[in-house]
Amino acid sequence: MSTTNPQSDAPSDEGTPRGHRRWSRRPADGTPAAAARARRASKQRRRIANVAGLMAALVLTGTLYSALSPAYATEESTATESSAEAAGRELYERSCITCHGENLEGVPTRGPSLIGVGEAAVYFQVHTGRMPLVRQEAQAPDKPAIFSDEEIDQLMAYVQANGGGPTLPSGDLRDGDLAEGGELFRLNCASCHNFVGEGGALSSGKRAPSLNDVNDLEIYSAMLSGPENMPVFGDNQLTPEEKRSIINYVQTVQSQADPGGFGVGRIGPVAEGVVIWVVGVAALLFGIFWMGSKA
Amino acid sequence: MARTATAPGVPTTRVGKAALEFDDRLIVAGPLRRTLNKVFPDHWSFLLGEIALYSFVILLLSGTYLTFYYDAAMTEVVYDGTYAPMRGLEMTAAYESTLYLSFDVRGGLFIRQLHHWAALMFVAAIVVHLLRIFFTGAFRRPRETNWLIGIALLLLAFAMGFTGYSLPDDLLSGTGLRIISAIILSIPVIGTWAHWAVFNGDYVGEEILGRLYIVHVLIVPAILLALIAVHLLLLVKQKHTQFPGPGRTEHNVVGNRLFPAFAGKAGGLFFIVFGVCAALGGLVQINPVWLWGPYNPAQVSAASQPDWYVMFLDGSTRLFPAWDINLPGNYTIPALFWPTVVLPGIIFTLMAAYPMIERKLTRDTASHHLLQRPRDVPVRTSLGMMALAFYVVLLISGGNDVIAEKFDISLNAMTWVGRIGLIIVPPLAYVFTYRICLGLQKHDREVLEHGLETGVIRRLPHGEFIEVHQPLGPVDEHGHGQLAYGGAPVPKRMNQVGGARRAIRGFFSPIEEPARVELEQQRSERGLAAAEADRELTSSGRPSDGGRPQEPRD
Repeated sequence: MSTTNPQSDAPSDEGTPRGHRRWSRRPADGTPAAAARARRASKQRRRIANVAGLMAALVLTGTLYSALSPAYATEESTATESSAEAAGRELYERSCITCHGENLEGVPTRGPSLIGVGEAAVYFQVHTGRMPLVRQEAQAPDKPAIFSDEEIDQLMAYVQANGGGPTLPSGDLRDGDLAEGGELFRLNCASCHNFVGEGGALSSGKRAPSLNDVNDLEIYSAMLSGPENMPVFGDNQLTPEEKRSIINYVQTVQSQADPGGFGVGRIGPVAEGVVIWVVGVAALLFGIFWMGSKA
Repeated sequence: MARTATAPGVPTTRVGKAALEFDDRLIVAGPLRRTLNKVFPDHWSFLLGEIALYSFVILLLSGTYLTFYYDAAMTEVVYDGTYAPMRGLEMTAAYESTLYLSFDVRGGLFIRQLHHWAALMFVAAIVVHLLRIFFTGAFRRPRETNWLIGIALLLLAFAMGFTGYSLPDDLLSGTGLRIISAIILSIPVIGTWAHWAVFNGDYVGEEILGRLYIVHVLIVPAILLALIAVHLLLLVKQKHTQFPGPGRTEHNVVGNRLFPAFAGKAGGLFFIVFGVCAALGGLVQINPVWLWGPYNPAQVSAASQPDWYVMFLDGSTRLFPAWDINLPGNYTIPALFWPTVVLPGIIFTLMAAYPMIERKLTRDTASHHLLQRPRDVPVRTSLGMMALAFYVVLLISGGNDVIAEKFDISLNAMTWVGRIGLIIVPPLAYVFTYRICLGLQKHDREVLEHGLETGVIRRLPHGEFIEVHQPLGPVDEHGHGQLAYGGAPVPKRMNQVGGARRAIRGFFSPIEEPARVELEQQRSERGLAAAEADRELTSSGRPSDGGRPQEPRD
């Protein structure tokens, strides 16, 4: 499927109709101050020429379009919507249209354009419950998903059919080298998501969420689509194998027991400092009170 | 064998004879007797310093075990050990040996965690001990020297913590070391040279771990041990301070002898401290270096923090504005210099000099062996609370990203709360503490003057209601007490003066029968319970002597 960057394709998508419009409105070169007969005949000729020109332009445009963007052409030329896309459109028009617009073009100050975001973004946003949004705030929080898996598939089909974009991967998403995944995670992800994905704060109320309780596909689609403040990790930045290594590492470490006892959130010194004061020092103060009362 | 008569006092048992042989040669009986007879006050707060001492003993023992397996080399090796998610990664020999210690050495992980928890406990106990010394005025003449040694011990504990934190060479400790390197570099004029001296070149080099290791296991512990010895010798020489109370003067110490009572207590406390540290070491995971990963200068994790005792400097760095000073000649004083070098410099200088500052301001140069209650010295207490508030704001700011993330607060808001809080919370702490101290003082004086509130409201024959008070001592013709405040706690409840049923004994559960206590109370001479049976309901005033109507409070 298409792995091209949706942003680079977007202008070509609407550029063609714009050119076509300009062409059709081109003023005809008529002859000024001539006889009515001649004018009528020439008008007739002009009309025929115009129609012929319009037809030629349409054919040319269509040919050029199909030649320049074959990926979309195959999808859009099948004019008829599949039933999944139709169901997706219905869901879209019920739940998403307010902020993302009637043609997925986005609404200023409400929601971004969904043209070219692809099914990966839809899967991540809807499956983690981030979309539909409850209210505008620094960042969409994850919550229980509102749509069923089937409905998510339909939404994905609809958005994918209208603009394309990154698609979901298939196969075993944990099929990668564990140690390499750890190294890549620390290099690319830990600066926001913490050492093993416990999450971290970003500026102004935004945050990198915890990776506890996320599934493989959510991690993969997040890397592909770069939701919220996360950068896009396209296949030229992290190859699909590297993405699978990272997922393998994250999920392995998440499910791994803490050999040292209670993990206190696996966030290091802040939690440990709380424990030493609230548990350690408190226990010893209690101990010496007790000894004092025995005096 | 015929027994011969022995002189009185000469030992007859085998152990006694052996001891005599020793004493003949080493002459230790006298000093030993004096030491064993040393008297320790029995207030609980005198055990705080001991918690620090015992934590240090635990640190020495567990640390020795760790040295058997730890390797401070910075040579690159490829991991091929037990922990699967690291297999095949390049790392330093130091980090590899830490993983080996954690996963393959019997009890290694437990000892490492015990060591780390004991380290956190060590510094925490020092801080609590320091607060006790400060707020009770135990640092006053003649104990200024021991105060200074105590501050030095605190700084050395920091040094121990920082060097130990860096040794595993994981991503967290490496990040910490990078920050230390930046702090050294930020010092004007000498920074670069100092950095070169410490790291033997640019960061990170190949020497630093070996150097930190020898500092951590030999140099600083040796100085710490020597200073702790001096700290304790001075304590023995100058004798303990004590809280004022009946029979306690500037010239004696009331409490238990070292042997056997105090030794038993101290031994028990050692095992309590060991037990708490061991329980934490076995049950709560600390510094899971296998999750942090090997150090790589290109990597850094969100929420990389130092251990709690250095966190206040992380906080000061987060709060301080990014004000670089650019001087002509391509010379910069980085913003980092102010919150991490200048600020702690000021804090620790003020702390060390505080006894001298207070002596100057109060012109009190006399020797003091009796402690003060914090309420009786409101200025010092309020200054202490002010400093503590300042410290706590910095400490919380050191973890402000974690707090922001866990409690869903904007990180920017946390930073500004810290910045504004750092300026307005300490003065507020001063004012509140001052008012609370005065209020407590006033209440002490009021109880001394008017007596304890008995909770009894009595109606006089002409209809007036009076509140019956129990004077603590003799009263003048107006019914006002004549006792002066002596710096000791004033009883505030009837059962503290035996005027009501005393509390049933037992710390965890009652160890005596309430009915028996009731009988015992009724048989005793003093108190309300004794008079209860034959008390006339119309009498008023002091219950024990039949009652004379007390003047209503004016």
